[in-house]
Amino acid sequence: MSTIEVNGRTVQADAGEMLLAVLRREGISVPTLCHMEGMLPTGACRLCVVEAEGVPGLVPSCAFPVRDGLKVQTHSPRAVQARKTIVELLLANHPDDCLYCARNGDCDLQDMAGELGVRQRRYSGGHWDPKVDLSSPAIVRDPAKCILCGRCVRVCEEVQSVAAIDFVGRGTGARVSPAFHAGLNVSNCVDCGQCIKVCPTGALTEQSRFKAIFDAIHNPAKVVVVQHAPAVSVTIGEQFGLKAGTDVAGVLNATLRRLGFDQVFDTSFSADLTVMEEGSELLARVANGGTLPMFTSCCPAWVDFLEQEYPDMLGHLSSCKSPQQMLGAVVKGWWARQAGVDPANVFMVAVMPCTAKKYEAQLPNMLTDGDPDVDAVITTRELARIIRMRGLDLATTEPEGPDTPFGERSSAGKLFGASGGVMEAAVRTAHFLATGKELDMPRMQAVRGLDGVKEARIDIGGTSVGVAAVSGLANARRLVEEIRAGRSDVQFVEVMACPGGCINGGGQPIRCGKDAIKARMQALYSIDRDAKLRCAHHNEQVKRLYEAFLGAPLGERSHHLLHTTYGARRAEY
Amino acid sequence: MSSAIEEVLNRYGEGGRDQLIPILQAVQEADGHLSRAAVMAVARHLRLPPSKVFGVATFYNQFRFQPKGRFHVQVCRGTACHVKGSAAVLESLKRALKIEAGQTTKDGLFSLEVVACIGACGLAPVIAVNGEFHAGVAPDRVTGILNAYRRRAK
Ligand code: SF4
Ligand code: SF4
Ligand code: FES
Repeated sequence: MSTIEVNGRTVQADAGEMLLAVLRREGISVPTLCHMEGMLPTGACRLCVVEAEGVPGLVPSCAFPVRDGLKVQTHSPRAVQARKTIVELLLANHPDDCLYCARNGDCDLQDMAGELGVRQRRYSGGHWDPKVDLSSPAIVRDPAKCILCGRCVRVCEEVQSVAAIDFVGRGTGARVSPAFHAGLNVSNCVDCGQCIKVCPTGALTEQSRFKAIFDAIHNPAKVVVVQHAPAVSVTIGEQFGLKAGTDVAGVLNATLRRLGFDQVFDTSFSADLTVMEEGSELLARVANGGTLPMFTSCCPAWVDFLEQEYPDMLGHLSSCKSPQQMLGAVVKGWWARQAGVDPANVFMVAVMPCTAKKYEAQLPNMLTDGDPDVDAVITTRELARIIRMRGLDLATTEPEGPDTPFGERSSAGKLFGASGGVMEAAVRTAHFLATGKELDMPRMQAVRGLDGVKEARIDIGGTSVGVAAVSGLANARRLVEEIRAGRSDVQFVEVMACPGGCINGGGQPIRCGKDAIKARMQALYSIDRDAKLRCAHHNEQVKRLYEAFLGAPLGERSHHLLHTTYGARRAEY
Repeated sequence: MSSAIEEVLNRYGEGGRDQLIPILQAVQEADGHLSRAAVMAVARHLRLPPSKVFGVATFYNQFRFQPKGRFHVQVCRGTACHVKGSAAVLESLKRALKIEAGQTTKDGLFSLEVVACIGACGLAPVIAVNGEFHAGVAPDRVTGILNAYRRRAK
């Protein structure tokens, strides 16, 4: 323990702790740009500077370990002026187009300029008018708005081990860019969107294609079907001032109808369907000596990563399409005819916590008989934007149920929204399919929580199965390397590219802390705890779909609609 | 991959990341510039992402990413030349050739490079074309000098 003095007040701190951590705990706000929670400080931006007694010059609080007796002033005129000057310099060549920016009202740079009282342009930098990179199906990069904080570079490299972007050039010519100044589409970017979530400005945003959706809604010939992913209902409330972790599934259904969607389905239904197929696939692989461990395939960023980085390991990937694609496939491949609608007139929209889902929906192997399973994908953030555009208010909307038949879900399907959830859901059903008995385990604590690597052993009908749930592609890379090197004690591996899973996906609200992610996760666990229907194999509508149309899991129709193939892929700069 | 690059990579064997700059230098020496294929090959060889290799390479002025032109123009931006107005000389070269420093004209005739001090301060501001020095270059002389080389190329 150390005792230090901050702005004349005595404060306790752990010896060696970074000053910034102490300040935050004490509720003292100092702006930061390059600082990232849980990562080594770089001390690059100098926005967090404070005055420390006896130290010449200002010190960066993010990289300044406290020691006993330290005395600091966080808001001395000198410190405040220094911060203000830094922000003014950042603004010197920033395009002043806040009104047109996707991050208007949700921007660190804007906030800092406001808080520091920047009211006029004191510095004018050279004019620079670079091209916006619109090449990727998921991510838009506007280099003009980049303030070179390096956060995206660090997430992409340290958390995702992709390193699609890096600093290029130096000095006033320095930029953040893919290799060779190429577009993201030809780089090794996997569209996870984690960079968007850390970018303090509008330099990184998602591809928005609202027009196609509104055109479909306003076209009387089109039947516009929407699905919302498990993580969305426990998140979107935050964008309307509700406490993190509030589940608004019913209100979401009602709101989507008000926006003009003809049918509102729940992706958790097709998560249940995925569980039936994937659980059966796992058992078949075990029984027939197939490739093990089996890797889950519901995260398109992870699939893309494996296709690029470990093409020799593609045999491990489950052939199941993701729940998003499965729902699209059964809506167009079965439901439409049942409902008397020409499948060609169905427009399928997916609301996802994810940017990579935009990439997935347009892949050539995600077409069934030449037609895309899913026509448009929007993120949680974009849906919030659309709701605001229409002047709807979540707080005053009465909840409604989803539509039948694809509105019914088990809470296992809902668990897909968090890391470990696919595993938990699949194991419940695999156990039942293998033994005819329910798994005697109300929850699999070992694969719950925000840890990046979670492992467990479970008993399925006398066979001990090793399972692992990892999130963050750097963690996935480590595990794949182990397996490649001969590790054989795991049979089933779940991977989600985003740390903590889809609840922390690249399409989720920007500027939320770890607490919000925890709360979303907890909300999914509470739904599961309180649910009557907790297993995919008891979902009546899933059973009906098999009876009426699909036959058995892994059958011919499933194969045609619900499964896919993979191929090696390499960045082609 | 060209055999020259292959030869360099073989020479360096299973080196670690700290070999990056020496390898890039050797590849440029062998190939005249760092092509995309070369950067990709170096990245694969060292198991580094291409963005890292490109990032490091672009940090240093010594690396060029386009093949040299038939006439390689070096502009001295050392102190003496700076004082004598080499910034304006560089500007007029860029305008005349429609390229930036480090680039090569589309017809492959000229490439432009900025060098720190060429060691001919007495001739400032000085440019060198394929090693031939031009002394006391005023910005308005640039076109004439370039045209002389264009004639030579015919
Ligand atoms: S989307 Fe993901 S992989 Fe692509 S640049 Fe951003 S962080 Fe990297
Ligand atoms: S794109 Fe955004 S996160 Fe990346 S360096 Fe620029 S400002 Fe920072
Ligand atoms: S936040 Fe401390 S230097 Fe950037």
